[in-house]
Amino acid sequence: MLAMQTQLLEAQDIRFGPIDHEAHPAIESKWTHDADFMRLMDFYPARPLSPAMVKKKYESIEKKMDEEKNLFYFTIRAREDDRLIGKAMIEWINWANSHGWIWLGIGEADSRRKGYGSQALDMLLRYAFEELSLYRVAAALAEYNEPAIGLFRKFGFVEETRRREALHRDNRRWDLSCYGLLRPEWEALMAKGGAR
Amino acid sequence: MTDLFRGELVRLTAEEPQDLAAAFARWNRDTEYARLLDFDPMHLWSEKKMKEYIEKDMDAEPPKEYFFQVRELAEDKLIGFVGLFPIWAHGNSWVGIGMGEREYRGKGYGTDAMRLVLRFAFMELNLHRVTLDVFEYNPRAIRSYEKAGFTHEGRQRGLLVRNGKRWDVLEMGILREEWLRMNSSTT
Repeated sequence: MLAMQTQLLEAQDIRFGPIDHEAHPAIESKWTHDADFMRLMDFYPARPLSPAMVKKKYESIEKKMDEEKNLFYFTIRAREDDRLIGKAMIEWINWANSHGWIWLGIGEADSRRKGYGSQALDMLLRYAFEELSLYRVAAALAEYNEPAIGLFRKFGFVEETRRREALHRDNRRWDLSCYGLLRPEWEALMAKGGAR
Repeated sequence: MTDLFRGELVRLTAEEPQDLAAAFARWNRDTEYARLLDFDPMHLWSEKKMKEYIEKDMDAEPPKEYFFQVRELAEDKLIGFVGLFPIWAHGNSWVGIGMGEREYRGKGYGTDAMRLVLRFAFMELNLHRVTLDVFEYNPRAIRSYEKAGFTHEGRQRGLLVRNGKRWDVLEMGILREEWLRMNSSTT
């Protein structure tokens, strides 16, 4: 029998939920004013977004999910009160090659370093392999994003490519690496009881 | 000053959308071309659809990408394309190249076109690096990129599925200083 009682979108301290178009824009707008977060999360130039701009972005995300069917976007909520603390997504899914790109971030500063990112990545990988049936996932990580590199390595990701000096920030050149994880590697990790 | 658009075997041009659409529609029906060029399954767009796409791209001001056609010099025949897709904030650009005319593959025309577009990237767009990816079953292209000065930067394992088998996708890059060293006599 198929196990349907395992909640794919629930972890110990967090859960994945949908976008809340009323409550979330103000919270995410605040994150976009945190330059460190923006520079870890993305390679486009960081810029603050107003709540109205975030709202528009949410609308385009849901439109894209609906029309292009190659994006799965989750908000990360604290289980205790369902408040928004971050976001996680699988993007640019190439179905013919069963591959997708992973992004996640904990936007709420006081929710960092509590293992929530690890729980989110754990859930996102299970979703990628067991629900979407992907063969591989990858993450693009800047050389300066050491916490994320440590987290992804813990889940078995290996550095596959390294674009030398592909990022230019604070008047310095940084490498941009692609970390990849294959289904058999993830299955072996799960068989050993998961990431430690 | 240097003629940016003329190499030893080819020149870089802009074509009328109708002519280009006709060429792309023809090239896209060639399985080898499609499987060397793209991750996506082959699909056949009409000339009309291609023309609309090309016109939209050409009308963008400022251009989002620098897209050239490649003509060989002997008979001035349209044989392929090459395009740069810059990420301005970081001085990096992706490059894509396709040699549509079968009889011009493996003879140095693509390498010459790549050399021209690298010169354009570093001497006109003033980029810091250029990036490409290439499938492991395309050794002819890999050799060509090595000749043009690209360095291997790793491989994404099993990213591509073709005929039921998984293939790696290689990434290559060239830095401005590497290009300058290679081309010190011509700049």
